[in-house]
Parts: sequence; C-alpha cells; structure tokens
Amino acid sequence: MTTIAADGHLDDHAHDADHKPAFFQRWFMSTNHKDIGTLYLIFAIVAGIIGGAISGLMRLELAEPGIQYLQAWASMHQGSAASMDQAYHLWNVLITAHGLIMVFFMVMPAMIGGFGNWFVPLMIGAPDMAFPRMNNISFWLLVPAFLLLLGSTFVPGGTGLGAGTGWTVYAPLSTSGSIGPAMDMAILSLHLAGASSILGAINFITTIFNMRAPGMTLHKMPLFVWSVLVTAFLLLLALPVLAAAITMLLTDRNFGTTFFDAAGGGDPVLYQHLFWFFGHPEVYIMILPGFGMVSQIVSTFARKPVFGYLGMAYAMVAIGVVGFVVWAHHMFTTGMSVNVKMYFTAATMVIAVPTGIKIFSWIATMWGGSMTFKTPMVWALGFIFMFTVGGVTGVVLANGGVDDNLHDTYYVVAHFHYVLSLGAVFSIFAGFYYWFPKMSGRHYSELLGQLHFWIFFIGVNILFFPQHFLGQQGMPRRYADYPEQFAYWNQISSLGYAVMLVGVVIFFVNIGWSLVAGRKAEGNYWGEGATTLEWTLSSPPPFHQFETLPQIK
Amino acid sequence: MAGAKNHDYHILPPDIWPLFGSFSAFVMAIGGIRAMHGMSFGMPMFLAGVALISLTFFAWWRNVIIEAHAGDHTPVVQLHLRYGMILFIASEVMFFVGWFWAWFDFSLFPQPLELVDGITTNYIGQEGAVALLQWPPKGIEVLDAFSLPLLNTMILLCSGTTVTWAHHSLIHGNRDGLITGLWLTILLGVLFTAIQAYEYSIAPFPFAGINYSSAFYMATGFHGFHVLVGTIFLMVCLARAYKGHFTPKQHFGFEAAAWYWHFVDVVWLFLFIVVYVWGGWGAPVH
Repeated sequence: MTTIAADGHLDDHAHDADHKPAFFQRWFMSTNHKDIGTLYLIFAIVAGIIGGAISGLMRLELAEPGIQYLQAWASMHQGSAASMDQAYHLWNVLITAHGLIMVFFMVMPAMIGGFGNWFVPLMIGAPDMAFPRMNNISFWLLVPAFLLLLGSTFVPGGTGLGAGTGWTVYAPLSTSGSIGPAMDMAILSLHLAGASSILGAINFITTIFNMRAPGMTLHKMPLFVWSVLVTAFLLLLALPVLAAAITMLLTDRNFGTTFFDAAGGGDPVLYQHLFWFFGHPEVYIMILPGFGMVSQIVSTFARKPVFGYLGMAYAMVAIGVVGFVVWAHHMFTTGMSVNVKMYFTAATMVIAVPTGIKIFSWIATMWGGSMTFKTPMVWALGFIFMFTVGGVTGVVLANGGVDDNLHDTYYVVAHFHYVLSLGAVFSIFAGFYYWFPKMSGRHYSELLGQLHFWIFFIGVNILFFPQHFLGQQGMPRRYADYPEQFAYWNQISSLGYAVMLVGVVIFFVNIGWSLVAGRKAEGNYWGEGATTLEWTLSSPPPFHQFETLPQIK
Repeated sequence: MAGAKNHDYHILPPDIWPLFGSFSAFVMAIGGIRAMHGMSFGMPMFLAGVALISLTFFAWWRNVIIEAHAGDHTPVVQLHLRYGMILFIASEVMFFVGWFWAWFDFSLFPQPLELVDGITTNYIGQEGAVALLQWPPKGIEVLDAFSLPLLNTMILLCSGTTVTWAHHSLIHGNRDGLITGLWLTILLGVLFTAIQAYEYSIAPFPFAGINYSSAFYMATGFHGFHVLVGTIFLMVCLARAYKGHFTPKQHFGFEAAAWYWHFVDVVWLFLFIVVYVWGGWGAPVH
C-alpha cells in the first residue's frame, strides 16, 4: 500500500473549484464523477427498497406451508380473480424481479457506479473520470432499463402478468413459455443495463490506466482501485456475450429463429452456456469491489498497511481470470459428461486459492494492528466472517457429484445469499459507513450504525442459515409452497427477515438524522490509518478536486 | 468552469445529450416491443427512437469534434480516446464470440434434422436419426463459399489496404491521397454490403425454422450491420477530410474509423473460414 505525501496546500484551492452548476444542470446533465456517483447511490437505494420489499412478500408467503396470500396478491395485481396458475406465475415474477433488481439495479450501481465513481478518481488523484459525459449516460441508461423491468410486471407475460423466468431467463421458458411482451421488456431492460455497464467499464479502465497521479504506479494503487479495474475487465468481456444470448432470445421469440428451439435443431443448453459464461464473471463483478472496500477498511481500522498488498491485488486478477473458465458448474445437472464435470469441479475449486489468500491476508492485516471497532470495521468483519461461510458452501457445491443432489435446492439459495446478501451487501454497508461522512460532509450516529449492524447481522443469519438445512432436506428453490416437513425452518427464516427489516429501518433513520443534524465531518475523520488520497481532501471534497495533481512518493 | 485547472485532463461542462440519448433508447425499446407484438404506433415509435438516437450520436460527436478543434484534446486526452476505442472493440469481439459459439454448438453437435420445402423436422430419438447427424443439416443447400463470399473476402481485404493507403497519405500530409483512399474504402464497403444483400436475396435456405439459418443469418447479419456502421464512420471521416479537419499529427477520428474497419474485416475472415468454408463443407452447393 502507498503512504501518500500530497502537496501541502490541499484544501485552499477549493474556492475556485467549488462552483456548482444550477439544479437541473447539476443533477440531470452532470459530468461530475461525484455527482454521478451520488445519483448511482440514490438509484441503488431506491432499487434496493423495491427488491427488498419483494423478498419480504416472498418470506411472508413462505412463512407457513400452503398458499396464504399469493392468490389474493395475484388477483389484486391483475385486477380480476386469479387462477392458481396465475398465482404461481406471480411467484415466478417475484423471484425474477427480486434477482434482476438486486443484481443489476442495486449491487452493481452501488458498488461500481456509486463507490467506483466517487472514489476511483479520488484515490488515484484524478480530477474526474476519463469520459465524464459517457459516465453520465452510463447512469441514465439504468433509468429506462429499470422502468422497462418494473413496467414489464404490468403487461402480459406468460401465464399471467410479468416476466417469470428467474434472473437467468432460461429458454424455452423465456421463449415459447412466455409469449407476452413482458418478457421482451425484461430482455431489453437487460440490453440497456448491459450497455450502461460496458460504457462504464470502458470509462473505469481508461481512467485507472491513464489518470493516476504522477508517481502512483499500478503497484502503489489502492486495492479498491485494483478491484474496480478487475471488475471493469470482467464487465467488458462478459456482458457482450449476455447481449448476444438475449438477442438470440429476442429473435427466437419474435422472428422465428431456432437458437433454443429443439424442433429446429436449436439447443436450450446453448443458452445456459452463453448465460453462465456471462453469469459467473457477473457474480465476481458483484463481489470484487466489496473485496476492495474491505481491504481499505481493514487497513484503516487496524492502522496497518494491508498484509501482502501485491498478493491481494493479483489474487483479484487471478479470481477474475479463472472466473471465466468455471461457468458450467452452474449446469452440472444438464447431462454433461463426467469428464467435463471433473474439469469444472477442479477449476472451480482453484478459485478457493486466491480467495483464501484474501481472507488470510485480511486476518494478517489485523494481526498485531491497533484496532478500533467503528461501524465500517464491524461491517467489514461481518463481511469476512459471512463471506467465508458462503465461500465454503461454494466449495461444497463446486463438487459435481454433490451438486447433483443440491442443485436448485435451498442450499444453493443459502450459499449465494451468504456471499451476496451477507457478502456484497455487508461490504456495501461497510463502504457506505466508511465514506458517508466524506461524501455528505456529515457524521452519522455511531450508536445507530452499530445497532444497524448487530440487528442486521443477527437477522440475515436467522434468515439464511436455516436455508442450508432446508436445502439438505431437499426443499427446491423457486417454489411458493412446500410440504409440512419444511415448515419449521421456513418459519424461522421468515422471522429472520423481520429482524433484518428492523435493522434496515435503523439505517434509514440514521441516514436521515445525519443529513439533517449530523456533526460536520473533517477531512480525515479516521485518523492515521486512512492513508489514501481521498483523506487529503475536505469532506465533502470540492466540486473539482486535484486541480493541481498530487505527487506520490 | 475550473479557473485554476492545472492539468491536461478534459473537464467537461454539463451536457444534455446523455439524458437525451437514454430517453431515445427508451423510446426505441418501447417502440420495438410494440412493433414486435403488432401493437399500435409500434413501428413509428421504434423509428422515432432510432432517429433520436442517431441525432444523439450526431450531436454528441459533433461536440467532440468542436472540442478537439478548441484544443481540449491534449495528448493524454487523445490517449483516453485510444483506450476507449480499443476497449470498445474488445467488447464487440466478445459480442461476436456469442454468435460463433452458437455456430460451433450447432455444427460440432449436430441434430438429426431434415429440411423439406421450408419445414424442418427433428428426428431425434426416431429410427434413422443417426444417419441424419450431419452439418449442414440435410436439405440445406449452402452458398458456394468460393463464389460471392470469396469475392467479398477479396473486397474487404482490398478495403483494408485502401484505408491504410489513406492513413499513410494523411501522415505524409497528402490530403488528395487521403480522400482518394477513403473514397475507395467506402466504395468497397458499399460494394460488400450490396453483394451481401444480393446474396441474402438468392440464398437457398429460409431465415426461420432451422438452426443453420439462425446462426448463419444472425452472425453474418450482425457483421453486415457493423460494416454499415463502419462505412458511415468512414463517410464522416471523408467529409471531415474535405473540410481539412485532420492533420498529420492529430487525426484520431480517422484512426478510430480505420481500427473499426480492420476489426470488421477480421470478423469477416473468421466468418468466411468458419461459416462459409468449414461450416458448409460437404453440403450440396446452390
């Protein structure tokens, strides 16, 4: 890690640089990385509320065996009495919307769009992104994409209103199985979100390669910037393949091609290959920036440089590279040969090596450090603990033979919520608390932050840990109903949702309170452990920072 | 704006076109969906979206050119543009990987298909299915790779040299050579597109209903679309060449067009080898 000795006169050029445009120009025509980052964060919070509310509906229905609310909801949704099939279709719409919203409109905008935009330029000592205008269209493309997805739930899909295919949009359910326009809206939503991310990826790579402050070599770059760099490459190379796959869906649905229609020689498994060639890098896209943030936070609160900095950087590169050659472990039950299964099992397990390097290096960073357990640090520790749990269940699932049993059970649901809801989301909260005073200029309540953490931590563990048991008992995912034998752990899981919800409410109270009455934040409010360049600036930083580039020793 | 700016990066004023472009994409998406489902105002709305997006591209890049002439494109900003273009082309390569993947899936793992009078039947699991495991599927007459496709290969390779001719002329300050080279490249590009369109019109296999056609038309079709985009890019460069926009030292707009053209060229070479020659090997020729 770098220790930065920036120029002495850091805050005094804020006068000239802090002239802000008028409201509409500032927020709708922005070319400022910090404002665009703020827009992304607001967008992610809105999407997170919607996606989280949908999961609340699901946990409510799943709290007891039998159908309690679903048919009534479906009737309300379509404005006429709904059949049982239509009710089950609504279930599929809910799981689809929850998955797509959380992946494309919450985690990615928050991590890459929000924190990436805000802090990559600040951490490398750059005045802005390389392509400030393109940065803005990356954000604004998400708005029509989100509108298309939300709108799709109100137009005919297959059996009922909305697209009900799961976030993977497998054919033939997404082709001949969902003939209504809702599916096309969902597909074009992914096209627009994909275009947004590709443009964003180009912007980040160019910015990181070309706009580092004099003296900041790649090997001195903060690990969060490394994580965004690797993530951007994954986006750049994985998303176009998804674009091709969903374009095939579109032409199969509307123009008579037979890419995935066996009657014309098409291959539904081809869709799965194309999807997961994108989808597996995508899950690393959702976690790598979290790795980066956790590295910054652990280092800050242990007041030590990150242990094994280069190993940490290249572990992320390795995860990114290997992440491109493990995709078919999502498809172990499609009937692939044993040899192919062996390869994908082995390749998947290889990923545990660089991931282990990261976990142990975080622990080694804390070892002998002068630790303080402020809110961002407890979130980061929660991340390390919970992500490890999700990681080891991932190693279990990586075994092709084991996966034959566990595929599409709640064990898988538990696994990916441990790495995402308790991994990615924990790192987002960690980053949010770490940088919120830097972004807003105001401190949050430490008490409420800690309370948020502990309640949320307990809630999500009650919510997701029992799902391992349900999966091992054989409960399949994506079902609205289940037999009596699964009732016990399902009820506890739903209870966990309620606990988590209390934590989320505390979060919003905290944010609201701090924006109105929070104590003003100084430039470097974390003290000597915070060594990256954003801490050399005021909180919030001037509208244009680093008009004289800092020199890195 | 930033009065005290003390670096070579390009800090931009607020701009309406990103918002406008996203709105245009929304109009196009909604229009396209309505058109595909036979709903009212579908096609007009889709075309309006296309027009608005085209307007966005025009206005956006017009501003970029104005900024270039205003001296905003310092060496480091030009380097940004280079990185941006290379990365964009890299993403385009991955887009074509998807289409080639479909082609290889169908051709390496063939289905027992038979195409009779435009109707495809999949005999999988039935008697005689094994005898039908071939690529291209039975009943497909392929286009002769060494007729028009080979001609098109020659045309694109030739256009690769003319665009290099234009580039060398530009570097040596010879505007006439630049204009001649560009004209030839554009004409070759248009010729390629015309031949490709003609070939589609005489193709012996239908668009719908069979995997061979799906993969053939979508892969070559997306390539054709990229040729069209590349040709328009070169046309813009030609117009700018007449206006004297390019100097031997600073002409990234031209270079980006040339890179893009070479990319389109290389994709075609893979299409020619994989789809036309190897992918049609052994099938009856139309």
